[in-house]
Amino acid sequence: MSLLYKNVKQLVFDIDNFIDTVEQGVLVFKEGVINYLNGEKESFAEKIERIDRLEASADKLQRKIDDEFYRHSILPQNVSDIEGMLDKVDEIIDITKDNLYQFDDEIPFIPKELTNDYIRLVNTAAESAISVFPAARTFFREPLKVREMLAKVYFYEKEADKISRSIKRRLFHEMKDLRQSEKIHLRYFALHIETVSDKAKNLADLLSILALKMSI
Amino acid sequence: MIILFYLSSGLFLGWSLGANDAANIFGTAVGTRMVRFKTAAIVASIFVILGAVIQGAGANHTLGKLGNVSTLAAAFTVALSAALTVYWMTKMSLPVSTSQAIVGAIIGWNFYTNNPTDVNTLVKIVSTWISGPILGGLFAILLFILVKKITKKTRIHLLYRDSYIRYGLLIVGAFGAYSLGANNIANVMGVFTGAIDLPTIDLFLFQMDSTQQLFLIGGIAIAFGIITYSRHVMETVGNTLMPLSSEAAIVVVLSQALVLFIFSSQGLSDAIQSIGLPAIPLVPVSSSQVVIGSIIGIGLYKGGKEIKYNILGSISLGWIATPIVAGVIAFFMLFFVNNVFQKDVGGDRSLIINQNESALEMVINPDSTFVPDENAIQNTGIKKDTLVNANNKKRITTTNSDYNLLAIILGTVLVAFFIVIIFLLHYLSKADKKRSLLQKQISSNEKRYLLKIESLEKSVKDKIHRQEDLGKELKFRQNEMVTMAMSIIHKNEFLTSLKDEIIRIKANIRDHETRLALNKLSLMITQDLSIDRDREKFQMHISEQNSNFNHRLSEAFPSMTENEKRLASMLRLNLSSKEIASILNISPKSVEMNRYRLRKKLKVDPKVNLSDFIREF
Repeated sequence: MSLLYKNVKQLVFDIDNFIDTVEQGVLVFKEGVINYLNGEKESFAEKIERIDRLEASADKLQRKIDDEFYRHSILPQNVSDIEGMLDKVDEIIDITKDNLYQFDDEIPFIPKELTNDYIRLVNTAAESAISVFPAARTFFREPLKVREMLAKVYFYEKEADKISRSIKRRLFHEMKDLRQSEKIHLRYFALHIETVSDKAKNLADLLSILALKMSI
Repeated sequence: MIILFYLSSGLFLGWSLGANDAANIFGTAVGTRMVRFKTAAIVASIFVILGAVIQGAGANHTLGKLGNVSTLAAAFTVALSAALTVYWMTKMSLPVSTSQAIVGAIIGWNFYTNNPTDVNTLVKIVSTWISGPILGGLFAILLFILVKKITKKTRIHLLYRDSYIRYGLLIVGAFGAYSLGANNIANVMGVFTGAIDLPTIDLFLFQMDSTQQLFLIGGIAIAFGIITYSRHVMETVGNTLMPLSSEAAIVVVLSQALVLFIFSSQGLSDAIQSIGLPAIPLVPVSSSQVVIGSIIGIGLYKGGKEIKYNILGSISLGWIATPIVAGVIAFFMLFFVNNVFQKDVGGDRSLIINQNESALEMVINPDSTFVPDENAIQNTGIKKDTLVNANNKKRITTTNSDYNLLAIILGTVLVAFFIVIIFLLHYLSKADKKRSLLQKQISSNEKRYLLKIESLEKSVKDKIHRQEDLGKELKFRQNEMVTMAMSIIHKNEFLTSLKDEIIRIKANIRDHETRLALNKLSLMITQDLSIDRDREKFQMHISEQNSNFNHRLSEAFPSMTENEKRLASMLRLNLSSKEIASILNISPKSVEMNRYRLRKKLKVDPKVNLSDFIREF
């Protein structure tokens, strides 16, 4: 009985804070990519700095939450599931940070004709990730309601897939002026952005299983 | 001191009750590490003692009605019989309950001493053995529904719920321990209350009578069992008995506590009676069986698929086998104590013993004024002549020396018996230590292997993911190349048809300048077809992507030329001869010829498709 009420309160706050941080990370990623596509270099650099800070803060919070769970043997029967779920949440901010850095490092040339497609892709992928966080929060309060909150995540993930595929098709079928290397480079960036929605879908899958497990 | 010796069997029974039954209360809580063992042991010990002292009298009264064991030796023997039954049946992995063992032992005493067994009381007791688990099941269902509804309606955060469950497990556990003490203390000390009369102690705030003092001692024995041995039971048996969620564990413990409380609360019984309902029988019931009833109740509520119905058979076996075994052991032990140790075991047998002793007294002390009863003398088997001829000193001396010899033999047997018991206990504790060490080793090995399996599973999953990613990547690259190839083909086809069109137009035009311009255009197209940058790029890409494949081909067939390798790479992409011809800007016939040469060089069986052979290479 080592876990006192105030510790629980702090831990609940930390978990909420962790999810908030990751959610902010996704928004920063979205804005960062749009800044890059619009050629707003200063804003883009500022987003890189912000996502770096947010990712570090999320990692710190996750370690703290892990420690608390194991030190006080909180929810002993569900601890590994919850830890796995928080890992998947953390993967989202990791991938958004990596993606933003890839834009910064590789400086892909994005033709004007594709800018809108990429903006649509990043918006949809981010929307998919943002839709999964309320479900992650709800999991701690009303596990039974989680499943009905995941429909949006799957919808946006499919949309992101479609947009990504259409970008790739346009690249290889219509953009004759581009060099092959440029096409392949751009195709990878579509894939990178699409991965954010894939990660959100993975988290949604896990949440759905956990919710089912909790209801039994 | 002698009282403590006689109480030892009851204390042993109390110790084993504490060691085993505490797992019913805190098993899941400690097993799942929701509550620390130290906290659980302290809470359980305190509340078991409180329950025993405050509320233990009710159930004890019913046991007294079944058979009022009136002498210390008989109480010792009855408790020892019950303890041995519990110990032996546990060893044999048979379902056993202290409550049923003590009832059986008392009935054994009744039989031995010709004391009539109160059938009404017996029926009352047996009916509670059956109704206890059923009531436990009913309580469990109701409480489980309640808990489910509360959890559903209140949006409590999982962590707060976890915290509340911990407090809940402790509070409900305390109530369970209190009820266990109140209901089961009669099993431990009940038989001694009729045989031992201690002076009332005034503790200023309240007075403690003889029964309460005995219950305090019994409660301490149970607490000692909880502290010294229940951890082992909680961590091994406790968890396997109740592999339940924390919420279900609270429900099970609470329903068990309620049942034990109901069957031990005089106040509640009186209250029920006051509203015109029949009184509640205050009887010690088996906490394990009530727990099993509660678990089955939850199982039934959930649909009944997970219930192991054979457990019901084992409960029924416990109801029948335990009292019979305890009764038989008690009967033979009483016979032994009565006839070998010449101890008064109460009832009719006390008369026999008293008269034996009186007759013997008369033999040894002829001056005694005691005149034995004729019948009694006959019962002793001592001849009347012996008594009449009291001056026959030789006879007296012989009898006296026989008595001394018997006392020496009995003393020796007793000492030997205790030595054997001590050795047996020592051996058992050693074996137990060994077993627990082995158990620890097994569990640590299990944990280690589980961790290993987990990490292996993770690495396998990672590899599968990686493989999947690589597969996707490969497929994508192949598609990319095919797309590229198709665009080259399309372009070349378009250029060829354009060239043909130019030649056709040229044939109809007479203007010299226009003909020259068309000639130039046709030449440009021909040049573009022969020096196609896209094609070069594609070929470079093909050789880059297929570097490993080309390397393998070179190693296996060193005489292969670059052109042949390129052709093999294109066949690997599943391109047709026409498509390859278009990409390489050669005629399809040339491609066919090259294929034929390649087939010969690779020594491919005529029955095998060349493209398949290359793809599988």
